[in-house]
Amino acid sequence: MYERLAVRKTYKLYLGGAFPRSESGRSYPVRTAGGEFLANAAQASRKDARDAVVAARKAFPGWSAATAYNRGQVLYRVAELLEGRREQFVEEVAAGEGAATTVARSQVDAAIDRWVWYAGWADKLASVAGSTNPVAGPYFDFSLPEPTGVVAVLAPPTSSLLGLVSVLAPVIVTGNTAVVVADEAAPLPAVTLTEVLATSDVPGGVVNLLTGRVAELAPPLASHRDVNAMDLAGAPAEAVAELERAAADNVKRVLRPDPDPDWSAEPGLRRMLAFVETKTVWHPIGL
Amino acid sequence: MTTTAAGLTDVTASAAALRRFLFGLPGVDQVGAELRTATLATRSVKTTAKLALLDTAVRMIDLTTLEGADTPGKVRALCAKARRPDPEDPTAPPVAAVCVYPDLVTPAVEALRGSGIAVASVATAFPSGRASLATKLADVADAVRAGATEIDMVIDRGAFLAGRYSDVYDEIVAVKHGCGGAHLKVILETGELATLDNTRRASWLAMLAGADFIKTSTGKVSPAATAPVALVMLEAVRDFAAATGTAVGVKVAGGVRTTKDALRYLVLVHETTGDDWLTPDRFRIGASGLLNDLLMQRTKQRTGAYAGPDYYTLD
Amino acid sequence: MPTSSHLDFDYAPAPESRAVVSLRSSYGLFVDGRFTAGSGPTGKTVNPATEEVLAEVETAGPADVARAVAAARRAQTEVWGPMAPAERAKYLYRIARLVQERSRELAVLETLDNGKPIRESRDLDLPLVAAHFFYYAGWADKLPYAGFGPAPQPLGVAGQVIPWNFPLLMAAWKLAPALATGNTCVLKPAETTPLTALHLAELLQQAELPPGVVNVLTGAGETGRALVGHPGVDKVAFTGSTEVGKEILRTLAGRRTRLTLELGGKAANIVFDDAPIDQAVEGIVQGIFFNQGHVCCAGSRLLVQESVAEELLGRLKRRLATLRLGDPLDKNTDIGAINSAEQLARIRELTDAGDAEGAARWSPPCELPDRGYWFPPTVFTGVTQAHRIAREEIFGPVLSVLTFRTPDEAVEKANNSPYGLSAGVWTEKGSRILAIAARLRAGVVWANTFNRFDPASPFGGYQESGFGREGGRHGLAAYLDV
Repeated sequence: MYERLAVRKTYKLYLGGAFPRSESGRSYPVRTAGGEFLANAAQASRKDARDAVVAARKAFPGWSAATAYNRGQVLYRVAELLEGRREQFVEEVAAGEGAATTVARSQVDAAIDRWVWYAGWADKLASVAGSTNPVAGPYFDFSLPEPTGVVAVLAPPTSSLLGLVSVLAPVIVTGNTAVVVADEAAPLPAVTLTEVLATSDVPGGVVNLLTGRVAELAPPLASHRDVNAMDLAGAPAEAVAELERAAADNVKRVLRPDPDPDWSAEPGLRRMLAFVETKTVWHPIGL
Repeated sequence: MTTTAAGLTDVTASAAALRRFLFGLPGVDQVGAELRTATLATRSVKTTAKLALLDTAVRMIDLTTLEGADTPGKVRALCAKARRPDPEDPTAPPVAAVCVYPDLVTPAVEALRGSGIAVASVATAFPSGRASLATKLADVADAVRAGATEIDMVIDRGAFLAGRYSDVYDEIVAVKHGCGGAHLKVILETGELATLDNTRRASWLAMLAGADFIKTSTGKVSPAATAPVALVMLEAVRDFAAATGTAVGVKVAGGVRTTKDALRYLVLVHETTGDDWLTPDRFRIGASGLLNDLLMQRTKQRTGAYAGPDYYTLD
Repeated sequence: MPTSSHLDFDYAPAPESRAVVSLRSSYGLFVDGRFTAGSGPTGKTVNPATEEVLAEVETAGPADVARAVAAARRAQTEVWGPMAPAERAKYLYRIARLVQERSRELAVLETLDNGKPIRESRDLDLPLVAAHFFYYAGWADKLPYAGFGPAPQPLGVAGQVIPWNFPLLMAAWKLAPALATGNTCVLKPAETTPLTALHLAELLQQAELPPGVVNVLTGAGETGRALVGHPGVDKVAFTGSTEVGKEILRTLAGRRTRLTLELGGKAANIVFDDAPIDQAVEGIVQGIFFNQGHVCCAGSRLLVQESVAEELLGRLKRRLATLRLGDPLDKNTDIGAINSAEQLARIRELTDAGDAEGAARWSPPCELPDRGYWFPPTVFTGVTQAHRIAREEIFGPVLSVLTFRTPDEAVEKANNSPYGLSAGVWTEKGSRILAIAARLRAGVVWANTFNRFDPASPFGGYQESGFGREGGRHGLAAYLDV
């Protein structure tokens, strides 16, 4: 008797709601922490990065104009689906990070809970970060946070799901659209996350995932003039300065990497506020 | 936005057309209008320019008494003041007109004969305007018969606020007819119209109906003349002249007590309609106490010494 | 009825007295509570309305920058940081009061050094300067309530580089929130307008502000570069051109230095056919001719609905003919001098490009003084999105007029720019205002008004107009470790 042969999954990119291979035709082997082969991941090219930005830009008007309540509902739905794939994530995190199953399980649980936490902010951030401003004149004056636009996110290494969720959720809950470069060494949970997103109500293009070499993908995103902001959480320390210099060209908002991130800590507002713009509106008060 | 001259012939053809026209006028943003007048209030008028403006302001005054206690004697005294405002200074010009109730037109006409100073009379059940059209027309006829050459009528604010614009229009047309050759000033009583949008609509309504002047207020309602109201009315006459070629005058009345107030209005005229309106034919100030303040400033400009009220007559 | 010809009236000259200012013949730096010599080249600051030299000004070299940063560090760690917040608040209140007491002097000085009309420096700049210090004074001992956690901390030493268009107001915008949050400051005013910042320093001495809490370094770009790049600076705040902003971004790349930028703009002022038209005309004038158009948030692109374009332009031109250009110290002057020969050259270059690219130039009859730097109020019609005068910041009294047909087209054109500082929208329809305001990619949207400022109101840009906010509760974040 043969044991049943498993049907393996092909890990692809996620661009504009579709799962293409890299236009370059390249892939790279993903191994466990112990060096065993896990799968081949697509090795995205600069052109894939460009396509991802196009998809994110296209999705921005719709996603940013959705009501905050709607965004919150859509993102909560993602958490429900994540919960359903809990065991798969535990396996992938354990394999990719070389973590014990119990550790991986707590990572996955924390990631799902974090997603829920952020989903709830959708219709609350404006109340906390916005204001009515008591100006010295007959004007009604208010300020509101608005999404910055297309945000390129370099997902952090060593925390392939919790870290990823911790940088992605704050970007999209505020109405931005994202181009994510997955952790190079452990990209599989990220790809699985996009499969969850694809079956959720998150519109195609709101999240776009690139797997591959960070050193290859980060520079074109940093210099891309249609990218409004960048989270350098996963940038190698030696590359940060060069990426910031490239990002200066269109005055990108850049969130610098935390030298010693603790993804299990309560995140606070910082990552959401990094990718919103405050808009102030004045109107006269008269009869 | 503003209509063309050709369009204006049709706008009074029906109540509906008139209403449509008035509601098609551009809105007025109150805060913006107040900001504009506040900025213009910082204009500084100095030296020769100030002296010329002071004399112009005197010549624009409708010297007014509208009290229940008015008597022929009071009116005669006012007329003497109108002819020669500053007994010590013959260069002080006379005022534009003396403004009284209809029953006191006769003594005013007698006292002003040969002076070139007009006699204006309020009419149409001033100040409330709450009487029948027949009564209002009789009021006008009395004043005209007694020799008034200018009639200051009040519009029916109740009708205006109730949206019966064509009633207001028709009444003005009827009064205009009753004026004969007398000039008609239409008092909008903007303090009761409450909004600057209403001020603009009422201004156009009055001009369409044949007003020679549009006037802010009776002086019996607060607020009376204000700078934003005057601004909107000046914009209206400016735009009406551009659309029709007819220049209508503006009269501010009520609350204009100091030289500073008066000069601010003249600055408003200069900046809004241009200097074509800086003449008594097109701009008037209804006031009484203002005159002495202007005279005191005038003396200060001429002599360099500050004046005192004891040197100016109280009539 | 008396008949008489009308009066040809013009305002006689009404100059504000210069006597209220005692100008020194030369000025130095303000470091560690004292006025000192500078090791950089000595420059001159001129009155742009007359080209008269107002004073010699010493400038800061690298050694002076180091000295000032060290003084600021000392003051922050030893005095200003540890000080009870309520005491810091009282210093700021004191400064606000001193500004009010000396406001006429500072207004005249600003007008002399900058060329802006005294009406604006007196009625706008100075009241806002005092208001800004008052506003942030009150925050100093209330930071735990500002929504940044229970104990937000200052960043340390702030290096602040400010422009020449609102010299003292920009100093207040930078200093007040920084000081309220417990930071100390090294401020570099623009080289063409250093005087009010130096008089402010003297005022800080009167306030007995501890030495080193605020230092003022005069100088040009070199001084600014030295300050921004100094490793002892924890926070850089810059207001100025987008070009220099990008240079600063590159300088600070890879460092931990915090940064906020308030850069250029090319604001669209959108007028719909149902606008309150007379106020819209005023708003257009206020939008682009305020401060000679030397305003980063100036409404330099007028987008007018085609159905009302002709009428609006007629009204606008009539209004522009009443603008009074001339002696900035005259209380009736609306348009003062261009701040520098260099800026004048830039305005000329861009307007010449407007001519060359086929736009139609119009200016009201307007006599320019013989001496000084002047440019008449100018309107270009027939401008398209492709023209340089529709894309580049002119920073002068030059309005580019474009038309649109539908709300979508208006928004599309308004947003079609790498900038995103401000925008205007004029319509009597409330729901349209809110819809358009939501879709405009700009940090400040003025609806049925323009160029209003208040210390309680956050101000700052999207995209290449910079990031971070000045004013309001939001303005605190720029100087707190949050």
